[in-house]
Amino acid sequence: MSLVFFYVFAVLTVLSAIAVISFRNTLSSAFALVLTLFGVACLYALLEAHFLAAMQVLVYAGAVMVLFLFVIMLMNLGRGEILKIKMSFAGVVGILIGGYLATILVLRLSYLSEPFSASAEDFGTIKDVGRLMFSEYLVPFELASFLLLIAIVGVVVLARRET
Amino acid sequence: MVTLAHYITLSAVLFSIGVTGVVCRRNALVIFMSIELMLNAANLAFIAFARHHGSADGQVIAFFVIALAAAEVAVGLAIIVAIFRKQGTIDVGNMRFLKG
Repeated sequence: MSLVFFYVFAVLTVLSAIAVISFRNTLSSAFALVLTLFGVACLYALLEAHFLAAMQVLVYAGAVMVLFLFVIMLMNLGRGEILKIKMSFAGVVGILIGGYLATILVLRLSYLSEPFSASAEDFGTIKDVGRLMFSEYLVPFELASFLLLIAIVGVVVLARRET
Repeated sequence: MVTLAHYITLSAVLFSIGVTGVVCRRNALVIFMSIELMLNAANLAFIAFARHHGSADGQVIAFFVIALAAAEVAVGLAIIVAIFRKQGTIDVGNMRFLKG
């Protein structure tokens, strides 16, 4: 049963990811990315990372995608200025490198084919993750908040109109 | 049965699609979306390994990656808007004003 769900969400994720990089219209790419992120969130839920699945939908599909759509509409690139996909030498090399990477990664990891063992009762819940985050990973957590503060200040400085 | 190899394969495929997008596309916004794809692929691998080992450490790291991605998108889009304001285009082929 979980295999069926895995394949459904995996196909959804991969197809929409291909759509992201192949649509000529930037707005269509953004909506395809929403679909990709939703598919990845579903896979998180299948991996029993329920808190992360909720975070994925909230932060990515909520905040990040709104930011993307806002910028796309601000620049008015939706229909007017459509940038061409140029299949240059670099493009061909990129596809070859991508395929090579994928092949190596899959070949190296094909031995990990044992099924998942049963997980603990509260695995992946907000309680489990939160306890770890505020004990063992307290310093990285505080550093992450500091990083977000730096990002806020940086964006204000960058977006300010020069006077 | 779904195994770890399934998820790692999917993660590798997603990452490769992201790399292809960064190399092939010239629209700065689509390049940013491809970077998001790569970050998501890494997150998927982290969470699959966390499930495999039965410890939530990988999920905490994935949470930090999500926070990092949010900060990166905010700063990156501000840079793109600034460049668009100055140049009127976001084609990365035309961005050569740092060239001496």
